[in-house]
Amino acid sequence: MSILVVAEHDNHELRPATLNAVSCAREIASHLENSAIHLLVTGHDCATVADAGAAIAGIGKVIQADAAFLGRQLPEDMAPLLRELAGNYSHVLAPASTTGKNFMPRLAALLDVTQISDISAVESADTFVRPIYAGNALATVQSSDPVKVITVRATAFDAGETGSDRAPITSFEFSIEQDLSRFVSENLSVSERPELTSASVVISGGRGMQNGENFVLLEKIADKLNAAVGASRAAVDAGFAPNDMQVGQTGKIVAPDLYIAVGISGAIQHLAGMKDSKVIVAINKDAEAPIFQVADFGLVADLFKALPELEQAL
Amino acid sequence: MSVCVDPPWQKRHHCRPFSQGRVWVFMKILVAVKRVLDANVKVRVKADGSGMELANAKMAMNPFCEIAVEQAVRMKEAGQAGEIIAVSIGPQACQEQLRTALALGCDRGILVTAEGEIAPLQVAKMLRELVEREDAGLVILGKQSIDSDNNQVGQMLAALAGMGQGTFACKAELADGRILVTREIDGGEQTVSLKLPAVITTDLRLNEPRYASLPNIMKAKRKPIEQLTPADLNVDTDSNLKTLRVSPPAERAAGVVVESVEDLVGKLRNEARVI
Repeated sequence: MSILVVAEHDNHELRPATLNAVSCAREIASHLENSAIHLLVTGHDCATVADAGAAIAGIGKVIQADAAFLGRQLPEDMAPLLRELAGNYSHVLAPASTTGKNFMPRLAALLDVTQISDISAVESADTFVRPIYAGNALATVQSSDPVKVITVRATAFDAGETGSDRAPITSFEFSIEQDLSRFVSENLSVSERPELTSASVVISGGRGMQNGENFVLLEKIADKLNAAVGASRAAVDAGFAPNDMQVGQTGKIVAPDLYIAVGISGAIQHLAGMKDSKVIVAINKDAEAPIFQVADFGLVADLFKALPELEQAL
Repeated sequence: MSVCVDPPWQKRHHCRPFSQGRVWVFMKILVAVKRVLDANVKVRVKADGSGMELANAKMAMNPFCEIAVEQAVRMKEAGQAGEIIAVSIGPQACQEQLRTALALGCDRGILVTAEGEIAPLQVAKMLRELVEREDAGLVILGKQSIDSDNNQVGQMLAALAGMGQGTFACKAELADGRILVTREIDGGEQTVSLKLPAVITTDLRLNEPRYASLPNIMKAKRKPIEQLTPADLNVDTDSNLKTLRVSPPAERAAGVVVESVEDLVGKLRNEARVI
């Protein structure tokens, strides 16, 4: 049986998390015999995405479901569509993004199977590791369901490579009439900076930043390091930063080469979102802040002094 | 409001009448609450790898469920709902969390007693049965519980009940017989319009939950809690997903404290080589 990976995209570009999910699929496939990996691209006018997907190493076929009503990937459309395809597969994978987390459990329920959330390692074709309790424990779980519906923690798997070989692209026709849900509007943040979950450097601010205006201090450093800017839940709750910048257990999970936490105390739920970063720097004036327990380099200092100095030094 | 103000003789399938002043308000809201380890308690893995060290640990209502209760109570206060039913599935001790929900403004509770970890699919099946029995017009749940971190039940319930889903909600308002839900998504926010009945799962910014007042805590003691079993709801609690073992994550090696920004930049350049 083959593995189906659902591509993450915005109808124009393939999101990097898709490449991590494909790596995860390849690991699962290594435990199976003759298992091909297919990539599903659902959307509207998403041919460029299907093309990009066809170049990912290890993909045997791209299935493109292209229709106006699929442009927003509403779960009320996605889950029935996936149910049509799922019978041909032993595993259905999607990145554990807000899109994947939205439609995958709905698919699992339609198939009457469990869903395995946010896996961070593959032990065998039916046994996986996933973080629980905000990453304070790792559960090894085994599924006996005929189809394993899985969301993948992108930061836990290397990004798959793209090559010059092209997988064939086939189209899949699907239609559904549903009035359960309608798309109304979208308000997306626009940023020139790298995307938070795939940036190699992230600099985040917490409540210590005192207000939203002060985030410009982080942005100046981010510009020098080509970094993404993140925030703690406390900073988002206080209105210093928009929700899509939140790093943590229930926000975004990041694991960059360098994570700089500024004015962040280090609550359990924040650590859950960043403690797999390769190098962690903490800047905080409170020497007792728990963030120092996970930091490779800690600087006990007033951030309003340290940040301009850091900007100068870079 | 239009969904809730039909006169009783035009009763909708998911509504039962409640009189509130001169307006007829029918909609029942079902809220699911989970008993979890208190968010502020640091937790350890049991030495034998069978689970977490939870004996005598402080338990609480899952924070996302608190937000769900608050949303339901605000809708009732705004005259948009007639009755709020809080449901919890788990051991007898879940009574505590149900009492909290009742003290916060829910009208009655349902406790489905079940021991051990109940998987999201089984929870969703039980809730679906209750949604049907109660004719709920809206179901509000937390987007995930902070123990198992699954983020599944709301979506599964919506699928099983044939309802639309507004997950990770930061705003929800009734409009023209539907509900407009604004969702926190990776790129920003998205608004969808759902047909009622519908399922909503809460994100952090939907509201700021209140604290229960002492008089309300006293009053909550007299509110009814119905006790059921999974068998009463025709649900088998066995899951096809087994937890084989639980282990602690890799520890990070202790770091160093640097004296100055200069020192820090030097170490990042020459030792860690990340800039």
